[in-house]
Amino acid sequence: MTPASALESDRPAPDTGSYLRLTGASKSYGAVRALADVDLELRAGEVTALVGDNGAGKSTLVKALAGVHALDTGDFVIDGKPTTISSPHDAVAQGIATVYQDLALCENLDVVANLYLGQEPRHGRGRLLDEEEMEFNTRRLLDELAVRTLASVRTAVASLSGGQRQTVAIARALLGTPRVMLLDEPTAALGVAQTAQVLELIRRLRDRGIAVLVISHNLGDVFKVADRAVVLRLGTLAGEYRIADTNQDEIVAAITGADVLNQNERNHA
Amino acid sequence: MTAISAGATGRLRALRSTVTAGRGRSNDLSFLPVLAALAIIWLVFGSMNENFISPANLTNLTLQIAATGTIAVGVVLVLLIGEIDLSVGALSGFAAGVMAVLNVRAGLPGLVAILAAVALGVAIGVFNGLWITRTAVPSFVVTLAGLLAWQGALLAVLGGTGTVNITDPGITRLAQGFLPAWLSWVALVVVLLVVAAGSVQQRRRRVAKGLGVPNPSWALLRVAIAAGVGSVGVAVLNADRGVPYALVLLLGLIVVFDTVIRRTRLGRHIMSVGGNAEAARRAGINVNGIRVFVFAAAGGAAALGGVVAASRLFAVNQSSGAGDLLLNAIAAAVIGGTSLFGGRGSVWAAFLGALVIGSISNGMDLLGYVTSIKFLVTGAVLLLSVTVDARARERRRKAGGPA
Repeated sequence: MTPASALESDRPAPDTGSYLRLTGASKSYGAVRALADVDLELRAGEVTALVGDNGAGKSTLVKALAGVHALDTGDFVIDGKPTTISSPHDAVAQGIATVYQDLALCENLDVVANLYLGQEPRHGRGRLLDEEEMEFNTRRLLDELAVRTLASVRTAVASLSGGQRQTVAIARALLGTPRVMLLDEPTAALGVAQTAQVLELIRRLRDRGIAVLVISHNLGDVFKVADRAVVLRLGTLAGEYRIADTNQDEIVAAITGADVLNQNERNHA
Repeated sequence: MTAISAGATGRLRALRSTVTAGRGRSNDLSFLPVLAALAIIWLVFGSMNENFISPANLTNLTLQIAATGTIAVGVVLVLLIGEIDLSVGALSGFAAGVMAVLNVRAGLPGLVAILAAVALGVAIGVFNGLWITRTAVPSFVVTLAGLLAWQGALLAVLGGTGTVNITDPGITRLAQGFLPAWLSWVALVVVLLVVAAGSVQQRRRRVAKGLGVPNPSWALLRVAIAAGVGSVGVAVLNADRGVPYALVLLLGLIVVFDTVIRRTRLGRHIMSVGGNAEAARRAGINVNGIRVFVFAAAGGAAALGGVVAASRLFAVNQSSGAGDLLLNAIAAAVIGGTSLFGGRGSVWAAFLGALVIGSISNGMDLLGYVTSIKFLVTGAVLLLSVTVDARARERRRKAGGPA
């Protein structure tokens, strides 16, 4: 029996679409327990929202998935195989792409140059950049994502709006044909229209069969786009909900621990 | 619900038109301010003194800007990654001093001495780059130290006499020699053919990929403008002594580095380091390696500029590389349109900026103005061009909206 199937036997109804499974994730920074025995499963073609208050451990969990900070303990099963992620390179090799909140774009470069930054193709054996190949693929990718808000892929990122920049950052992450996409607060600091654009883009990622993990503070957005919500509180798993079967009050209660408080009050009474 | 989506569509449309409007500031148009400034300067001086736009004076002008322009090529590269190199002036003098001593006192052939000087410049540039990246001391300070140190090094290599006269034609020909007229025309035709062929090839590739191609008359216009400017330039210079080797060297250096910046991975990565070094690092780019390369290139260009200056002067002396050379090289890069904030600019800025500064200086000399006025006017032009850059940056930041 492989460890993977052993794991699956522990859980009810193994999902065939499961791409990444993390069990028993723990991480301490000195005396501070940032994560304690957290389980997380990401399924292909599903949007999972990771919610929780500040300091709940969301960032620590995402950094572990992205390979930025290794966990103290925690077992990864990716695509059915037990594996480890100890560097950003490992994460990319496992098909995990991350779009951080700061997007890491070069404002002075155009959309095409940003998409291909660090992996530019060249003409044959020559030294010169294959601009046509880059521009063609950029356009095709944006068309596939039905992005109609970018008038020209030769626009410098400096003159793009926040939503357009988010689109560029996501498109760049897609170039590596990832299986998992981690999006850190993709709608923070965006207006209503731009938020709608980005949420639509996230749905398209899901339709491409990508397992999407969205960190968000905005429960409205979570309920618009996510299939599942995983709630962290003080570094522990506070609940996992199917969006179709829950409501915002229940999630808020899980985030703040209100249900525990209520229970305690009842016990006292 | 429908009201919300209607509002959203309206905003999307507004957004799209903003983006389209923002496309106007492309590479071609970024030269407009400096070209306009150049046109005004030439008109003013041309109308005040008929000798200004004479073949003899314009040939002198190209010789006057050759050293500054060559050094400014390196300054542009350093500014593109958002750093500064204050040592290029002193370094140019030191490298020229080493060349002179190797040639005159050690008897090495001129070309060998020149190559040794350039190698020294590259080595010092590598040292600058390594010091800046390893110790995290700002480039401003590291190269300010270099400014002082290489002046001292120049005095040391020159020794007691304080000056070394150069007579080797292998060195002096650089700034005193000229292309034969027929060769200058052949060179111009070859360059134009390469430009036209490149344009046609790019067009074919874009068509093959189904990408939009600009109106053919635009491409034709570009080649026509290049042909017009090139032939007038060559004809004017040939009407006097010819096209100076120093100018050929400067333009060649610019074409090479312009190609590197715009069309190679290295150049793209240089621009990305200037735009957002953290983003470049996360994209897997060796940011410190890029920085060391750029300082090395700046050191090499500075040394070459020092060689040109020495060739023009027939000598290297204690004031080689001193005075306003450093300031003019930096001013040329900035006036030419290179942003001091990194990530924006073109290698051609070195030539155009040097031409602006050189024209002001040359024109005021012709009109008999004293040095004090020359400095005041050059300073005003520099202030104006940096202000234009800062305002453009502010506009872009505002156009980008939040984030």
